[in-house]
Amino acid sequence: MTTTTGPHPTRRLILQGAVSVALIGLGNLPFAASPARAAANDKYPEEAFKQKSEADAIKALYGRNAEPSDKVKLDAPEIAENGGVVPVSVTTTLDKVSSISFFVAENPYALAASYKFAEGTIPAVANRLKMAKSTKLVAIVEADGKLYSATKDVKVTVGGCGG
Amino acid sequence: MKTRLSLLLGSVSAALVAFALTSPHVVAADKIDPVTDAKAFQNFFFQKFPNVKHEDFVNGPYSMNEDMKRQWQEKEEFPPYEFALDAGKEMFSTPFKNGKTYADCFPNGGIGIRQNYPYFDTKEGKVVTLELALNRCREANGEAPYSYVKDEMASLTAYMAFTSRGKPMDIKIPDDPRALAAFENGKRYFYTRRGQMNFSCAGCHVQSPGERIRAETLAPALGIVNAMPIYRSEWSGMGTTSRRFVTCNSQTRAVPLEPQADEYRDVEYFLSYVANGLPISGPGARP
Amino acid sequence: MASSIRVRANANGDITEVQALIQHPMDTGLVKNPNGELIPAHYIQELKFECNGKDVFVANWGTAVSKDPYVKFSFKGAKKGDELKISWTDNKGGSDTTTAKIA
Repeated sequence: MTTTTGPHPTRRLILQGAVSVALIGLGNLPFAASPARAAANDKYPEEAFKQKSEADAIKALYGRNAEPSDKVKLDAPEIAENGGVVPVSVTTTLDKVSSISFFVAENPYALAASYKFAEGTIPAVANRLKMAKSTKLVAIVEADGKLYSATKDVKVTVGGCGG
Repeated sequence: MKTRLSLLLGSVSAALVAFALTSPHVVAADKIDPVTDAKAFQNFFFQKFPNVKHEDFVNGPYSMNEDMKRQWQEKEEFPPYEFALDAGKEMFSTPFKNGKTYADCFPNGGIGIRQNYPYFDTKEGKVVTLELALNRCREANGEAPYSYVKDEMASLTAYMAFTSRGKPMDIKIPDDPRALAAFENGKRYFYTRRGQMNFSCAGCHVQSPGERIRAETLAPALGIVNAMPIYRSEWSGMGTTSRRFVTCNSQTRAVPLEPQADEYRDVEYFLSYVANGLPISGPGARP
Repeated sequence: MASSIRVRANANGDITEVQALIQHPMDTGLVKNPNGELIPAHYIQELKFECNGKDVFVANWGTAVSKDPYVKFSFKGAKKGDELKISWTDNKGGSDTTTAKIA
């Protein structure tokens, strides 16, 4: 509960490495519209946002499961300074990315945000999320019709859902 | 008064020991010596946290913890006080009903002067804070004063602090026994234990910066006012210096004073003076 | 009335980095006010970034996005001076739109 962590100098370097790899890697590749862009239609995914568990939310949004991939880098603090404002970002070296979604496992509703990427948009996004308590964060990257995930545990000492 | 002071010294903090060693005048309480006090205060923090750059103390808990500092830097890319800053700028330039503006009440039109507040008004014989000066400006121009703990005041001071960013705090104590007494009174308030939990300001912010009290990482007292006003994620909004003092008192289950009560003005005077030379960093963002 | 949307869009070569901060309560519908009544859910559902007639980035948000939401992304194909159109809609039918010149 009251543990503190030391500095994490390497993580930022890894992240920066990932970004530059991503930028170089995507330099000349045209984005092809993937055959199955489940999350990429225009409608707001109302049902997925209503699901309580992360598994149900992923199913409602994408209709299938993701496989863990080290090509998805999920960056979030070890200990969130405030659960109401947790900086979370994803970068990936995967090609043909059409969407990136964030799930907070033990929030009242697991799906937090889902982003759709057009051809030519760099597959990376940073945002700030609410976390009700210490739990697992899941990021899913949809690339070339397949789903890839990364997870990270984040400790929350001040919950993000109180008044 | 003598008894209170010896009680205070009886429940000494590490800082007071440090003071005692470097500044015998403070212990004897026979002479008020702000210059020596400020030097001892700053040296205490510089020695306790040798790895923290001096100008970083104004960043509160973020100067104490790398992981938190990184979250803060990400926050600062597009800081949450941005809206308050914009609102403050607009309020500042909008004329009162009589056609005058805040600029008419302040030296240099109010721009780049935050580092000179609070100041000691030798006519009134009291400390005048920026928040107090803003409300006096409003009243002098026929406008109702703002709440000291709400958004309007925070927006105005956020804008004024922003125009002073990076300027070293520059508080003067005039050669006036009342000014020295105000400084001493502020210092006494800062080190005195009070409330159900028997905490002093110093117990947390001098003895324990960087440590957690429940879920929060404590900020160092040195430079704590340089970051005011602050956006606190905990509040989901802005807070003034007044709000910070009131909340500190109620969190330790002491009875808060009225905003801008003499003691609060004096404690702000004390804390600002001992932070002389450190840059203004307000508006700040805090957990 | 000032816009609820703050945008910074900076082109560096072929890549434009966009950061946006939006003033919105993002109420979850799970928090009570001081009188013990639930504050109804009020949150942005969709945020769109459009450049040269094309949606470059679309956010779908639920209630777990922080108050005064922030997002950062980058895209290719725009140059300095191009206009970026940003618009959001929330669950109560509220909306706002602004345009920003890429710097």
